[in-house]
Amino acid sequence: MTAPLLQADRVGRTYGGGLLSGTPNVALDNFSMSNGTGTPSVTAVVGESGSGKTTLARLLLGLTTPTSGTVRYRGEDIGRLSGAARRSYRTDIQAIFQDPYGVFNPFYRVDHVLTTPVRKFRLAASRAEARALIEQALRTVGLRPEEILGRYPHQLSGGQRQRTMVARALLLKPKIIIADEPVSMVDASLRATILGSLRRLTDELGISILYITHDLATAWQVSDNIIVMYRASAVEAGRAEEVVKSPAHPYTRLLVGSIPQVSLTRDWLAAEPDAPRAEDRDAACRFAGRCSSAMDVCRVQVPPLSRIGPCHAAACHLYGQHAQLAAEDLNDVLA
Amino acid sequence: MFRYLKRNPSLAFGIFLMSILAVFLLIGTFRIDPEDARPLSAPALHPPSWDYPFGTDRQGRDLFAAMVVGTPLTLRIGFVAGILGVTIGTVLAFVAGFYRGIVDTAIRGIADIGLTVPGLLILIIIAVSVRGGLTVNQMALVVASLAWLNPTRTIRSQVLTLRERGYVEVARLSGMSGPEIIFFEMIPNLLPYLGATLVSAVSAAILASIGLEVLGLGPLEAPTLGMTLYWVNFNAAIINGWWWWWTAPIVIIVIVFLGLFFMTVGLDEIANPRLRRSI
Amino acid sequence: MNALEVRGLRVSFEHPLGLVRAVDDVSFNLAPRERFGLVGESGSGKSTMALAIMRMIRPPGHIDGGDVLLGDGNLSDLSGEAMRRARLAGIAMVPQGSMNALNPVMRVGDQVADAMRDHGVQPSDIAALMARVGLPSGTVDKYPHELSGGMKQRVCIAIAICLRPTVIIADEPTSALDVVVQRQVMRTLADVQQDLGAAILLIGHDMGLMAQFVDRLGVMYAGRLVEVAPIAEIVRRPRHPYTELLIASLPSMEQKEPPRGIPGLAPLLRDLPSGCAFHPRCPKAEGRCVTERPEPREVAGGVVVRCHFA
Repeated sequence: MTAPLLQADRVGRTYGGGLLSGTPNVALDNFSMSNGTGTPSVTAVVGESGSGKTTLARLLLGLTTPTSGTVRYRGEDIGRLSGAARRSYRTDIQAIFQDPYGVFNPFYRVDHVLTTPVRKFRLAASRAEARALIEQALRTVGLRPEEILGRYPHQLSGGQRQRTMVARALLLKPKIIIADEPVSMVDASLRATILGSLRRLTDELGISILYITHDLATAWQVSDNIIVMYRASAVEAGRAEEVVKSPAHPYTRLLVGSIPQVSLTRDWLAAEPDAPRAEDRDAACRFAGRCSSAMDVCRVQVPPLSRIGPCHAAACHLYGQHAQLAAEDLNDVLA
Repeated sequence: MFRYLKRNPSLAFGIFLMSILAVFLLIGTFRIDPEDARPLSAPALHPPSWDYPFGTDRQGRDLFAAMVVGTPLTLRIGFVAGILGVTIGTVLAFVAGFYRGIVDTAIRGIADIGLTVPGLLILIIIAVSVRGGLTVNQMALVVASLAWLNPTRTIRSQVLTLRERGYVEVARLSGMSGPEIIFFEMIPNLLPYLGATLVSAVSAAILASIGLEVLGLGPLEAPTLGMTLYWVNFNAAIINGWWWWWTAPIVIIVIVFLGLFFMTVGLDEIANPRLRRSI
Repeated sequence: MNALEVRGLRVSFEHPLGLVRAVDDVSFNLAPRERFGLVGESGSGKSTMALAIMRMIRPPGHIDGGDVLLGDGNLSDLSGEAMRRARLAGIAMVPQGSMNALNPVMRVGDQVADAMRDHGVQPSDIAALMARVGLPSGTVDKYPHELSGGMKQRVCIAIAICLRPTVIIADEPTSALDVVVQRQVMRTLADVQQDLGAAILLIGHDMGLMAQFVDRLGVMYAGRLVEVAPIAEIVRRPRHPYTELLIASLPSMEQKEPPRGIPGLAPLLRDLPSGCAFHPRCPKAEGRCVTERPEPREVAGGVVVRCHFA
């Protein structure tokens, strides 16, 4: 069995906790998943800030090192890659970030962010070839090269900048794109267009996408699978349809119910207020303090990952009677 | 460029002052004989007159010639020391700030200790130890030996901020190596800040050199601004009423410092967009 | 008598490349105790409008014309000092990103007291004020960095209501918060509004939030108000093509369908298209739309649209 392209193997990241650094902050806890094997798909990792989703992205991209576990590229620890293997890793795994302004160096025209990877990875033999490659990438994301090239970042709109970053990610013909909140800083009306082009990347170019977001609605519209994170671990995972239509974990249910919809029924504001119970803050199940279904066992025992369907799992004591799944096997429920 | 200067009055004023100085020096160079800046070239202690616009000093120097010759020397010490200091400081700042770790701790520690010790004291000790008096270039090196301390610290803070920027991470993902990122991504964005630091370092270097010279530790033969003031002190020119002797160097020093100060403020405004008064 | 009336407001900014018309002849009213939403993409001029109502536009921007009436008083007639007193006491604003603008070295309770003192009111009952916005006791003594995003935002709301204003302007109060916290903050805003009997002007870009919170909605595009209607009308039957497209671009939780965006780009406010500013992106545009600028027309009870086809 060939090793998966990109794999998080029981990865954890804790900040602080040393002699002088105060209480440790667990950003990610024993998380495992793999990507890039089988049919290309879009997997969404959904969570609020502090859930660990951005930490996961940074670990997979090699921008941070894990404090436990390993991130593997084709079976190899990415921290140990060198030379050709490292270049291959950088080519196969690309990223799109949240802030469409900060990712551009204001000193250079936007061309710089496109020509650099072409140059560093020797994707073109001549300047003309490079230009052709870049123009094609821009057209793939629906941009007109003459409107983008030669301009400075502040002369483009947020949507144009973000799409340019998608074009940049495409230049290297990656197998996986990790998109960290790619549309949260973009207008609502433009989000649909950008997410649509990401979906086309999967359907037409066979690129798997890891879509990291706090917005469950767009996650559902665009993804095949959803993993819901809460305070550093995965609380629910499975096919997007099942997670959203039949949310199992109380947190997922809370999320689904909290999204304001354009409809004539106005019950969104009237829902029960969510007052966290201070005494349950350090309970074994990290969600116990906010959970309306919390039981005594939740306070003392960490909920196991239970398989409630062939493509659906939740880490909650409510489903304790189902077959259990090891954290490392989270991928089994993903399409 | 001129449109921008209208919106940045500090920079405009600073450049204006330095231009006055430049014009003075330019015209002066054509009108004087550099030999007149040496002692015994003119009758001593004449107040300003048509022949001697700034008067003459006790050793018989034509003060106008002395200023025209001496001001560039003082400025040169300042620039050389300032440029050396900022260059060394930038290199150390990037190495410390970008790579962090033990190198950062070491560089930061040395800079911190260096900044605590009184600079003038160290300079005096160095100047006194050099045998046979200092030349102008040696003066510059002496001042430069301490001029890198502050730039290292301040530029390091900027580096720490810059390395967290999105485009630095994108550069890493695009395959750029550390030094490439420093040169091509970070330094271009720091240029205004480095400019402001340079002007401010030059200003500090000039001040340090004048300080040493007034104490008599500078190059004795050169008619630099500081040395002129040394002779003013030595000969009690103030008490003796030879006002023209100390007026010229002081006016020039004030113009230099004000000019450099306003330029620093103006450059700071470019470097830090939040200080800008209008778009 | 309306709580707030905006009549023909025009705001422009001078830019080396041309005049930027940020707010172009905008008129609307806020009834007492009403929740009015102002929705639009970034660059549509909505935040500028809020600042203009508060008379906080600084050069190179200036208010070119129009009136703002707070109750029965015209804000345009007030002197600088009188306007300063009206701010917070009569009309308060929770600006965009305000939770990040709290003074990091001051306890939040003191910051609220500061606001009150500045208006000559003795600070009293700050703990009660905090409780009213749903913050636990003890928050008064905390520093901003010790609070979560939602709590900081509620502190900003507390500052806005401390002098019991009649109108509260909230500019994107929940944009940086996740959905769960967003609901809490909006609940707080609603409770506070009921309590004070104040009117709220909610500015944002999330149609879903608007649909669930406001009574009437104004849609802004390129500095112009293109549709104003009761929210039920807008949800049931949006009249302006832009409103329709805005609603359609929102991902629904009911059905999985390919996301639909609005083609084209929002126009630069200094280089607006002729006639109707939306015509380059409008699926219904015709010749008339390029030459003739539509004027606001009342097409049904309380529904005002700027469109040739409404």
